[in-house]
Amino acid sequence: MAENEKESAQPEGPMISVRDLRVKYGEREILHGISFDVTHGETLVILGGSGSGKSTLLRTLVGLEKPSAGQIWMKGEDIAAISHKGLNEIRKKLGMSFQGGALFGSMTVGENVALPLHEHTNLEDSTIDIVVRLKLNQVGLLGFEDYMPSELSGGMLKRAAVARAMAMDPEILFFDEPSAGLDPIIAAGIDHLILQVKKAFNMTIIVVTHELASAFLIADQMLLVDKGNIVAHGTPDFMRSSDQPRVRQFLDRVAEPEVAQELDYLQMLTGGTSSTGKLPGRRKGV
Amino acid sequence: MDFVAQIGKVVIDSLAYLGALATLVARSAFCVFIGPFQKRPIRWQRVINQAAEVGVRALPILSLITFFIGLIFALQFANELRKLGAMNQVATGVAVAISRELGPLITAILVIGRSGSAFAAEIGTMRVTEEIDALEVMAIEPVEFLVVPKFVAMIIMMPCLTLWANTMGILGGGLFGVTGAGFTWGRYIRSSLDALSLHDITTGLLKSVMFGVTITAVGCYEGLATGGGAEEIGRSTTRAVVMSIFLVILVDLIFTAIFFASNQ
Repeated sequence: MAENEKESAQPEGPMISVRDLRVKYGEREILHGISFDVTHGETLVILGGSGSGKSTLLRTLVGLEKPSAGQIWMKGEDIAAISHKGLNEIRKKLGMSFQGGALFGSMTVGENVALPLHEHTNLEDSTIDIVVRLKLNQVGLLGFEDYMPSELSGGMLKRAAVARAMAMDPEILFFDEPSAGLDPIIAAGIDHLILQVKKAFNMTIIVVTHELASAFLIADQMLLVDKGNIVAHGTPDFMRSSDQPRVRQFLDRVAEPEVAQELDYLQMLTGGTSSTGKLPGRRKGV
Repeated sequence: MDFVAQIGKVVIDSLAYLGALATLVARSAFCVFIGPFQKRPIRWQRVINQAAEVGVRALPILSLITFFIGLIFALQFANELRKLGAMNQVATGVAVAISRELGPLITAILVIGRSGSAFAAEIGTMRVTEEIDALEVMAIEPVEFLVVPKFVAMIIMMPCLTLWANTMGILGGGLFGVTGAGFTWGRYIRSSLDALSLHDITTGLLKSVMFGVTITAVGCYEGLATGGGAEEIGRSTTRAVVMSIFLVILVDLIFTAIFFASNQ
């Protein structure tokens, strides 16, 4: 009974608590019982290769995927079991910057940033204009209010997406592959922006990436996801010094052996047992 | 047995598709009629933008097409009437055919080509570029934000476009009436108006509203159901056009049958 009570409430302290999270696409399980905590003001970088489940994990954390089992505690609510209305209330305190920016092409940059404010607040238009300029200034895009997203470069698009994600002064900010598709200089600029946001607003930030340089620069904590399981979780120094084979393979950029059979490839992605009875490339979790 | 199983699957899939469309219409109707009482007002600015896109910008091409259809119909009709020596009936024939059937149907088919496909492509692109996900993460309901303004705009604009199409069709027939059947413009228009009852016009307008609902439901549903990749957007757009044409004609048949039965 006491254990049940403990399980049905958010653990004290962490901003986000994930417990035994499982996600299925149809019959195929993508995440196999993931658990971790993120404390207030911490930047957690979720690392992982293509098809590892890291993007599914991020989408589940913001309620875009429904878990098949497990709990996601955020602001005292389990968003895995919450009503749609309740989830939307929590989402008003979250911000997310999508991989491609996901700015609305039919609206100007200013209108994009203003959208959540128009939808969820009773602020006057003139006040919203001031907030929009403030947010764009924070990401270095002041003066670009009237530009259409199609007129911006890749780096500017990502900055504008961050401005929109910050419009409602979120407590938690999510980034999906912030440096993907950007040249190293622009990508460094985005890393700098994330650090700036963290320093200025003491926000809890969760970043999904496979860019190692970027990850080590911005992370307080790192999580390596592989085949739907957490392989390693710790500080950047812990990850650097880890001799866990899968961590070393990822950090040292060692190529995966070729997978000849389709079934083995699918099982490699989902972490199941291969046709030979072995787990291809699978290592024991930390 | 396989054949029976296949038919069963087609029936089940078709019912599931119609069910999904009905759900989308019901959710949109809820947002239109109940939403404003729950502090979720209709986004009128988006409705106006959609109405301009769906309605106003369709006027030039709709005018041209329905004028030509009216003219073609008058020419075809006159061929038969000449044999009967009843050329003065050309205005009546064109007015009734255009107002009851051709006006609403041609308008619907044009709107499918212009707007139904655009709805599927727009929402499908938003799905692929994660804009729909972005709306959800911002706690904005995609149906409320994207679909409802389209429904409202279509329900307002389809009858307007249909009335305009009827007028242009009758004028198209009038061109033949004046140049080839001995009418003056005044007499042709008077004859057309005399031939029409209010019932002819209202049934056409009611059908046009139902066509508008059908086109929006199919276009938006196909857009929302788009999978990943640019190819899928093309596929959704094609499906939206084909399914809309089929369903509009089906709705036309059902309503025409109901009107026919109610006139017995």
